[in-house]
Amino acid sequence: MRAVERVTGHALPLDRRDVDTDQIIPSDWLKRVERTGYGAGLFSAWAADPAFVLNDRRFDGASILIAGANFGCGSSREHAAWALEDRGFRAIVAPSFADIFRSNCLAVGLVTAELPEPDVARLLAAVASNPALELSVDVESRTVTAPALRYARSFPLDEASRSRLLAGRDEIDQSLAHERAIAAYEARRASWMPRLRPRA
Amino acid sequence: MTGRTLAQKIWNEHVVARGDGESDLLYVDLHLVHEVTSPQAFDGLRLAGRRVRRPDLTLATADHNIPTVLDRPVADPVSARQIDALTANCAEFGIRLYPMGDAGQGIVHVIGPQLGLSQPGMVIVCGDSHTSTHGALGTFAFGIGTSDVEHVLATQTISRARPRTMAVTIDGRAPVDVSAKDIILGVIARIGVGGGTGHIVEYRGAAIRALSMEGRMTVCNMSIEAGARAGMIAPDDTTFAYLEGRPHAPSGADWERALDQWRGLPTDPGAAFDRELRIDARELRPFVTWGTNPAQAVAIDGAVPDPESLDGQPARDSARRALAYMDLRPGTAMRDITVDSVFLGSCTNGRIEDLRAAADVLRGKHVRTGLRALAVPGSMQVKALAEAEGLDRVFRDAGFEWRSAGCSMCLGMNDDVAAPGERVASTSNRNFEGRQGPGARTHLVSPAVAAATAVAGHLAAPADLAR
Ligand code: SF4
Repeated sequence: MRAVERVTGHALPLDRRDVDTDQIIPSDWLKRVERTGYGAGLFSAWAADPAFVLNDRRFDGASILIAGANFGCGSSREHAAWALEDRGFRAIVAPSFADIFRSNCLAVGLVTAELPEPDVARLLAAVASNPALELSVDVESRTVTAPALRYARSFPLDEASRSRLLAGRDEIDQSLAHERAIAAYEARRASWMPRLRPRA
Repeated sequence: MTGRTLAQKIWNEHVVARGDGESDLLYVDLHLVHEVTSPQAFDGLRLAGRRVRRPDLTLATADHNIPTVLDRPVADPVSARQIDALTANCAEFGIRLYPMGDAGQGIVHVIGPQLGLSQPGMVIVCGDSHTSTHGALGTFAFGIGTSDVEHVLATQTISRARPRTMAVTIDGRAPVDVSAKDIILGVIARIGVGGGTGHIVEYRGAAIRALSMEGRMTVCNMSIEAGARAGMIAPDDTTFAYLEGRPHAPSGADWERALDQWRGLPTDPGAAFDRELRIDARELRPFVTWGTNPAQAVAIDGAVPDPESLDGQPARDSARRALAYMDLRPGTAMRDITVDSVFLGSCTNGRIEDLRAAADVLRGKHVRTGLRALAVPGSMQVKALAEAEGLDRVFRDAGFEWRSAGCSMCLGMNDDVAAPGERVASTSNRNFEGRQGPGARTHLVSPAVAAATAVAGHLAAPADLAR
């Protein structure tokens, strides 16, 4: 995972709530076995409409996505985070995120910044009228800022996720450091609990 | 002393290491794997030179993109590669696989309980959001992404923030025509698609206790459609009776030991939940969705709502967009909506009771001319059982196609895709835009309503057919 201290850049305003991961990346893309190359599938059904915001060239190169509440609901497909990442997004700002989607984003180093709904509404409007508006999502200080708006607000980010983002650390290594605790736990599990055997 | 909830008991029992901040490292008792969300995880293991820590606690099946007509090869070369990758990965890492065509194959959330692998008090994960299904047996079961699939394969643990808990109590007895599907659609309509976010929901109350295990699985299955981290129901005699004698259930003295432990799991009297919701079962009706998320539902006796009547700008915007996509007008009676197809199946409603409920409506009747109707059992075992009961004949005689097990038209990753503009009454769990095929329009319904709709040609309840 890539380390990320701060994401600074302009933003894409997606003024919709309850955006589900089937929209972020349609299931047709889920047949692939590769880890990269999902950017072309991002919002592909909605992008068929020329008026869809992703087709607005003024937002090309945006590294921050601003969206409505409950972003990323539905399917657990991590492909949604991969598609956003592949298209150059490094942070998402929304009033709330679906739980699995948030975990997936943090696992790949995509920062999820939750702000109060009125703040997000204000940022959506500001970016829509000024696509060049610069925003910053700072992991170190857990703050979203928009200097031109004199806007700054902190967002919640648990300490474990924050330090992992900052260090770009592999969570598997971190968990394997608990090897003794894992082995001790395994030793005390009830013997009647189910186990499988691979087919001969 | 305040008591503990079912969720808290399972959580505490599984903490391997207390994390810094809000999260704990939890042990995973069962990891279910399928073809779509696992290939990149296995690649990650290979790249890092890691092994699967506990192949004996890992089970794989192919369900999402396989054809449901078995003598047909996998037509799509991209899907074929993915299915082959699962087979190769399971062979390489020593994981038990139920492949396409196997008698044990089925939708991952149908085969876990069916094998007796999902047992009370366990932590179960799978790279699939409907893992919440297994909560019906009193487990803490939740969906994870592919990075976490790799993490669980390598460590048999998962790190999660400590949960908040929510009690959803359905008091009283539900009307006879109200199924488990209607109960959960009613709950989601009440709390919204984000209403359970951050919470583990425990379903309680007389109407829940009265449900069979199949019905409880339907309820827990759709917890994710309210955004909940998991859904669960305390184990009781219904649970134990369901489990006893299943292939992986404990037996003999172990069964008694297990029962002892399971009986201690239900939420203690006086334990506090972070949130509580009460619903009177007598107020529930068969529900159908009109929009493009599962909370956009009304009673079948109702009508398509007027977006302008809804609270808040975002809700109005989203309803307006939904009606445009669904090609519906406010005020249209739900029963006046005609459909092109009916899909009976999925991890929500692809179990034997669901097939029986639909067959009961269909006996001696025929689907509307020109309407396409698909019955897809949730597992090959469900299929075999249904055939032993003669249900396949009922479906075929009524004009349904009778298929083999898989996810099928729930998400349209195989050939079972709805065409642009095609309107489907579906017993699955998601009516998102394009879910059943690009441009397809989905109405979520119960199995009985699906069957009645197939006969009537428009959204209908079984009682309507007699009129
Ligand atoms: S039946 Fe549908 S919801 Fe269930 S696992 Fe398959 S694709 Fe997912």
